[in-house]
This record gives sequence, C-alpha cells and structure tokens, in this order.
Amino acid sequence: MKIEQYRIIEKSKFDDFINSLITFSKVVAPVYKGFKNYIFQEIKSAEQVSLKYIPTIIPPKKYFMPQRETILQFDVNNELKVEPIVEYENLVLFGVHTCDIAGIKCLNMVLSDKPKDTAYLIRKKHITIIGLECNDYCDEYASCSFVGAHIPTTGYDLMFTDLGDYFIVHIHSSKGTDIIEKTGIFKPAKDNNIEELRNLRAQKLKIFNNEVPTERRYLPDLFDRSFNASVWKELEQKCLSCGNCTAVCPTCYCFDIKDDVDLTLKVGERYRIWFSCQLDPFAKVAGGIDFRKERSARQRHRFYRKFRYHIDRYGMVFCTGCGRCSRTCMAKINLKEVLTSLIKESEAKIWRKWL
Amino acid sequence: MAKVVIKDSPYNVKRAKILDIKSLTEKEKLFKIVFEDRSWLDFEPGQFIMVSLAGIGEIPISVCSSPLNRHYFEICVRAVGKVTNSLHRLNVGDIIGVRGPYGNGFPIKMIEGHDLLIIAGGLGLAPLRSLILYAIDNRRDFGEIHMLLGCKTPKELLFVDEIEEWGRRMDLHFACTVDRADPDWKGNVGLITSLIPGVDIDPLRTYAAVVGPPIMYKFVIKELLAKGLPVDQILLSFERHMKCGMGKCGRCQIQNLYCCKDGPVFTFKEIMDMAEAL
Repeated sequence: MKIEQYRIIEKSKFDDFINSLITFSKVVAPVYKGFKNYIFQEIKSAEQVSLKYIPTIIPPKKYFMPQRETILQFDVNNELKVEPIVEYENLVLFGVHTCDIAGIKCLNMVLSDKPKDTAYLIRKKHITIIGLECNDYCDEYASCSFVGAHIPTTGYDLMFTDLGDYFIVHIHSSKGTDIIEKTGIFKPAKDNNIEELRNLRAQKLKIFNNEVPTERRYLPDLFDRSFNASVWKELEQKCLSCGNCTAVCPTCYCFDIKDDVDLTLKVGERYRIWFSCQLDPFAKVAGGIDFRKERSARQRHRFYRKFRYHIDRYGMVFCTGCGRCSRTCMAKINLKEVLTSLIKESEAKIWRKWL
Repeated sequence: MAKVVIKDSPYNVKRAKILDIKSLTEKEKLFKIVFEDRSWLDFEPGQFIMVSLAGIGEIPISVCSSPLNRHYFEICVRAVGKVTNSLHRLNVGDIIGVRGPYGNGFPIKMIEGHDLLIIAGGLGLAPLRSLILYAIDNRRDFGEIHMLLGCKTPKELLFVDEIEEWGRRMDLHFACTVDRADPDWKGNVGLITSLIPGVDIDPLRTYAAVVGPPIMYKFVIKELLAKGLPVDQILLSFERHMKCGMGKCGRCQIQNLYCCKDGPVFTFKEIMDMAEAL
C-alpha cells in the first residue's frame, strides 16, 4: 500500500463531495426504491445515495452494455445508406461494490476480445468507476468470497472504504486523481489511516468465509464430472424459464440483434438487445430444431457458462458472487445450494469409485 | 448522450449488389452477388457471411461459390423465415448488406493430398458446393473424390445442371439418391446412408465432409465409422442461428465452443462427446 495513493474524507464532508461531483458530471449511484430494492440511477443530490445497500436489481452493466443499444442506422430513401454508430456519455458511477466491478471486468474480457466491440470500448472510456468496499456481507445470498470478489483489487478509478467516521480512498488512475483535485475536499492519508485499513482487511478475512464447500480451483474438475448430474434434472422441476437470472447477472452478455423501422419504412436502426439462454427461441434454428429444449439443459448451460466454459476461453470464473440470480429467482433456485448439491453428488461418485 | 459514427464497428456492413438471381427449386434461389466497390470476398469453403436487409434483419448464410472466383460470390437461400423470404422478393440490381466472412471453413490444406468423400443432404449441398468447386479447380491436388448427394424428392434437387456435369466427369465418383422418387427419376431411391456402404474408399486416407439437416448427422456418422474412417477425418458443418458471428452473442454456443468462431466446421473428434451438438 503506497501511502501517496490514499486520501481520506470525513463522513460529514461526504455530502459535499457528492454535491460537488454533481456540478461537473452526471453521477449515477445506488438509490433506495423500497421493499429492499435498490437501483443505480442518476442522482441530483447527495441525500439520494444509499451507502449501505444490497446489490441493485440490475447491475451497472446497463451503462456499459445498455439493454437496448443502437448499432447501425440506415436510410433506404434513395439508396441504402448504413452508418454504424455508438451512443455514449460521460458518467461517474459512484458506489460500485467489488462484485459489480468484477462483473465489469468480465464484460471487458469478452467485448475487448477480437474482433473488438468498438462501441463498448468507446462507452467504457467515458465512464469513471468509484467503488465502495463492503465491510460485511450484504445478505445471505452473496458468495463473493468464493469467487474472490470481496476485496478490491483492480477495475476502479477510486475506491471508498468505510473506516468508522471517515472514508479512506484509494486512487487507482489519473481519472481518479482528477476527481480528487476537482472536488478538493480530500486530505492526505496518514500512517494510522493505512494501519486501520490494514486492520479492516484482516478483519474481513475473518468475516468473509468461503460460502461454498469447495475451492475455486476445483471448479473445472467439479463441472467436468457433473454434466449428467441429477441436480440439473431437479432444476428442470423448479425452473420457470423466465430469464430473470440472466437479466440481473453482471456477467451475462448474450444478445439478439434486431431491426426496427420508423413509420415511413425508409429510415430505421439495427439494435442489440439483451437476450437469455433461458428463453425458448435462444438456441432454435431455422428448421425449428431447438438444441437446448429442456429447462434442465438451459439451467445447466447457465451454470457451465459461469463456472466452466469461460475458464477455458478467458481464464476467468464468470460469477461475481453478487447473489442477484438467487435473490431474484421466482422458483427460489439458489446458486450456492446448486453448487453445494453438485459437490455432494460428485463426491458421492468419487467415493463409489474408491470403494 | 453523444452519438458518433464509428466506421470501424464490427457490425458495419458492406454494400453489395445482386448481379443475378436463379430459381433452383420452388423454395431455393441462387444469388450472384458482388461488392459495390468490386472488392474480393476472400473466404474459405465452409465459411459464412452475414447477409442483411435494412429494416428486416440479418442472417448467417454460407457462401456456395468457388473461393477462387474473385469477380463475384454466390449464396443459395431457402425461403424459410422473414429475411430469407424478403431476399426471395428482391430483384437483380438491388443492394444488400454483407459482412464477413466468419468462422472456420473446411481445412483445405489438410484435405489436400487425401481422398475426399462429400456427403450432402438437401440444402447441405450449398456450403459443400464451394468445397466441390475448389476441389475441381485444383483437381490435381486431391486424391479420389467421391460425392454422395441426397434430398427428399427429385424436385428438390439443387444445382441440377452442375450435378449432371459432375456426374459426367471422369475424375469424380458420383452417386445421388432421393427419399421418394417420382416417375421420371432414374437414380437411387432411399436415404443417403444407404449409399455409404457402397462407396469404394480407403478410409485411412479419406476425409469425409458432411453437411445436411441436423437429423442426418447421427446416421451418416454411424455409417462412416462402420466404414473405418478415423474420427478426426470426419468433417461436419453445423447450423446455428448466429447473430454476431464474432463469438459474443452466445446464440451459437455448443458447450465451450462457438459455432461462429470455432466452427461452423468441426471434426467429429471435437464434438463426439458433446451433448447439444448433434
């Protein structure tokens, strides 16, 4: 920890910070919407911000990869004219938890893989991320320690950590430095502040325990053994195939591409829209054949995309442990429970082999 | 919201002009296409392009002309959905959008020097036609070439003129079958699998290229394995509804493989243990 990268800000000054941030940029932060629901939305004053919040309904991926995004505009009035476009805006995302930062890292991985998604890269460049560290679990659905997303590592410009009556702020980029300088409320951190941060991190190691009875490095093995597990058949009975889990997942990025025209039928746009492997038409082809007809196969596909396939392709687990899928599931399919049953079933198989 | 034009977007399409349209059957038409800037679609047999009609949509279609033809390229389209039906209503001279080529085609460099067994069911002949034309253009680089074609009825036979010509050639072994014959049909009747036991091949030096409706693969592969073909010499091309063609949209995923990026041509070895593939 380099002390020159740290600043502190008193909690009494926090509102001043947000209000001064609003004067020079559009600021998006978690806002309480009732019934334990929080959302990321643009704020107009500091009072709106919820500092203690459980993961928002939709993760901040909606700013990086909007649910509906125009990719081409066309005009067929005289002759076909096509223009690929990107829409972006300067944005400060305040209060992003480490799980959602991990989710953004996953999107980066996929969309900056060749061929690069130019629109995404442009949009990303205009977003500043201010993180907010969790000192404790948000609720019982989280499994961030299992995937290693509970401690801030990278992927933010500034990181706020709550240390009682003040926040300690880690500056991670020059974009972050700009904000520190422009708002001008921060004080340099002293040795005792760093010491307190160290203590908090040590304390966190005790609070955050592995939520799933296995380790991350055993995931490939576990999933290689589990393709025909009975767990998937059980999910078939529960799952309603509604697609909620994928819509709220910070690392789900599958999409559909559609065209739309205005009333003249001459001018229109091609847009990209979130889609879900849980929904019926996803794996269908022209002849009407559906390559993942059963809900069990679709749920299995979702879990394999989080914990197996992308480890081979991108070297990363595509679950951030935010717990959104379990929180939102109408049929109460719980990610941690599914993993635990998989482990149990697979262990039983191994023992049978030995005995 | 700022809005800017990004010419280097991977979703950008190139304007292409329809040079000629030929009805092959009741449902299939062959489109001869050229880029407006006369540039060359540099592709490998088995690769696909994204064809788009502004306001209607974009679909993946495999190129069916010879990759060595630099003047134009051809696609064979069956009218089944919104975009394909609209394509069928277009006229010569109309402009469409094209991006690509995408995917991995048939591994020509590996096939060269070996015998080639082509098995095409129905519309599967379209992507294979590109390979056949390439092999005919470079005939001396290949060993024996066997072609087995099958379709439902004689009326649905594609590329009839070319098939007749291929049947006359001395350097091709050719057989054709239909599921249900009509009174004028003089050839074989039966499923395409019935032709396989009869072909005279040396299995160890033969690559089989198989394209057809999903249901066909299982039975054809069984026959090929019975013939003694090694699993890594059976080449299959898969149909999925790719939306981006760049390994992002997730629509064409077969377990850890993307049909658009890792395929659409796979060896049987790559997918033999995969559920959801066939």
